[in-house]
Amino acid sequence: MKQEEEINDKSRRDFLKTAALATIATAACGSLTCSCSSKKAAVSEKVKLLSPDGEIVEIDSAYLNYQEHMAIVSKLEARQGIAGKKFVMVVDLSRCKNARKCVAACQKWHYRPEETEWLTVKLMKDSDEAAPYWFPKQCFHCDNPPCVKVCPVNATFKRQDGLVLIDNDRCIGCKFCMAACPYSTRVFNWSDPHTPYDVTGIASNPETNIPARVGTVEKCDFCPDRAREGMLPPCVEACPNGVFYFGDENEDTVSNGDETLSFSQLIKDRAAYRFQEELGTKPRVYYLPPKDRQFPVERGYENLPEKLKARFKDVIESSKNEIN
Amino acid sequence: MELNKYQQEIFDKQRPVIETFGAKTWRWTIFFLFWILLGGYALYLQIAKGHKVTGMRDNVVWGLYIANFIFFIGISYAGAVISGILHILKVEWRKPIIRIAEMITVISTIIGPVFILLCVGRLDRLHHLFLYPRLQSPITWDVFAIGTYFAGSVIFLYLALIKDFAIYRDAKLNIPKWKQKMYKILAIGYRGTHGQKRHIRISTNLMAIMIIPLAIIVHSVLSWIFGMTLRPGWHSTIFGPYFVLAAIYSGTGVLIMAMWVYRKMYNLKSYITDKHFVYLGYIMMVLGAGYGYFTFSEYLTDWFASEKWNSEVIEKLFNPAKYGWWFLFANVAGIILPIFIVAFPKTRKPVWITIASFFMVIALWVKRYLIIVPTLESPLLPMQDTRMEYVKYTATWVEWALTLAGVATFFLFYTLLSKFVTIIPISEFAGKDQPVVTARDISEENEIVPA
Repeated sequence: MKQEEEINDKSRRDFLKTAALATIATAACGSLTCSCSSKKAAVSEKVKLLSPDGEIVEIDSAYLNYQEHMAIVSKLEARQGIAGKKFVMVVDLSRCKNARKCVAACQKWHYRPEETEWLTVKLMKDSDEAAPYWFPKQCFHCDNPPCVKVCPVNATFKRQDGLVLIDNDRCIGCKFCMAACPYSTRVFNWSDPHTPYDVTGIASNPETNIPARVGTVEKCDFCPDRAREGMLPPCVEACPNGVFYFGDENEDTVSNGDETLSFSQLIKDRAAYRFQEELGTKPRVYYLPPKDRQFPVERGYENLPEKLKARFKDVIESSKNEIN
Repeated sequence: MELNKYQQEIFDKQRPVIETFGAKTWRWTIFFLFWILLGGYALYLQIAKGHKVTGMRDNVVWGLYIANFIFFIGISYAGAVISGILHILKVEWRKPIIRIAEMITVISTIIGPVFILLCVGRLDRLHHLFLYPRLQSPITWDVFAIGTYFAGSVIFLYLALIKDFAIYRDAKLNIPKWKQKMYKILAIGYRGTHGQKRHIRISTNLMAIMIIPLAIIVHSVLSWIFGMTLRPGWHSTIFGPYFVLAAIYSGTGVLIMAMWVYRKMYNLKSYITDKHFVYLGYIMMVLGAGYGYFTFSEYLTDWFASEKWNSEVIEKLFNPAKYGWWFLFANVAGIILPIFIVAFPKTRKPVWITIASFFMVIALWVKRYLIIVPTLESPLLPMQDTRMEYVKYTATWVEWALTLAGVATFFLFYTLLSKFVTIIPISEFAGKDQPVVTARDISEENEIVPA
């Protein structure tokens, strides 16, 4: 295309980056591709935009396209966090039946390949006598994060809104944070993550970590890009049983999409606890104990594909033996 | 440079070694290069395909490479103990072996950090360590500590070499021009004046004092990479001193082996005497006992208190179906064997001490592996993963190839360096009527092989 020829490679890359910031301006445009070759006839007006590097650039509005997953803030803002917020998650263990909709939604939203899960559901059994229960686990976004302490390059950091995020453009892949995290939250891109074509050109941002980069660490980020737009994380939205409550500790509200509750009241009434409190990491995720469970634990096991069944087989079988 | 009778004798003996390269050395060099090339190919695969070609996965994020890293930094303590401690204590018999020790130090301090780089997923971003350093991170401590230690070790080795370089420069050796020129540059105009001697003496003393705290810092900081985490088997208060002691211990073992090889290869029996083996054997025995004490203390407390998470690791180490046999080997060959070999006069002979050192060094490598892997295989949350390689670590050929390449690099550097400088320092014998070793050993019994 003629237009295209006029634009040299550099400005092309620039605009791909800049397009990240153009989301709002062009949401109305409705096109879902980020390809520059989309059919825009004439050069219309110029728009001034702030690039992720903090420079003001002027680009042709014809090149602005709506792109899902483009962070709407600069890297610097992404390091500071959303002022006045203190994100918190409450997980109601009595409602979880391992429906795995949260896992699927998370995988889809973040373009995760199969089995490299940011959100995992474990089948926990605290002691030989105790009954097993399903235990969904995201990143705990600890207030005293062992992972952040050990990062040699400040690639993973703690924000004022409580989130622990990763800048995958800075991460050197030493994996020290993975060794330091006692909850096995972090995953590593052991090979090229095969990001789908439509997101490969996006400038990565700590708020999205898209596209994934080979040789870097990543993990659950509580989807701050969605929070900025007033949306709940996909895992919360996808859960059919309202297991996850996401919200703001400062506002003292948490919501699972169906109901919005007072955070402090909820954790008080339901005797919430934080996993392994004794480690001193001060997680931002609270668990409501699996009391008065809505589903028998087998419900989350019976209909699983064999591959997934194998994960939980040992626990299920050991608990069966006890019943008999 | 004027040489006295004894210096001349040592020099003449070693002269052919640095004058010629020899077919045998060529063969060895090619042999080592082959392994290094194989390692290079493995490294290419690892960079091109990503770290999935290694056995490391999300649970066991570190494996052979980190064990090698600790191992090589550990054996670099050969120089710290011989040159540092024995220098300060003015132990005269150290003189013929200081260069062997310091060469181990410098070479293994080069190779060790390479292994930590092999663990790094993004080698193209290493400059981030200096662009965005975070002082809280033990890795940053490591970068600075090892960097300083390496610089210190090189200076220390070099200080002891200046006089020798001057000797090679003035000796009219039958060597190529470039080599002659290098000796000349490296001798930095040393003529043996009173002032020059004084400067070298003072600098060496200073470096000897500095190298000891540096060595302690390096391995403490290294152990804190593990000690600072919330992991069973790692989160231990004695890890600093435990690692330092293990490092000096393994360094002594490697030194004994190197001494034996050189003594055999170049027929240096009159300089590297049986006494050296016995004395270093004593040092090794004492260090072995200390290391054994730390080991016992570490595992006894974990086992006795039997906290759930710790017990998982202990169970893996004690269970013969898991790491039990390796753990037993690490402790028998790493603690009991060297102590007994040195304790009994019958086995207190160079060959036995060398064999004990060999097994001890291997055992200490195994121990490092046992520190890393079983802990990482015991996460707090159940793994519940169907991908076997995520549950249990098995090193791939890529990791083994790079490990062997590291060992080959060590030998190659050592071979090349010993063709460039004399293994027994010549200038160290200056000003004495007799070689220092024998002068010192006159009062000892007949075990000594006379010079």
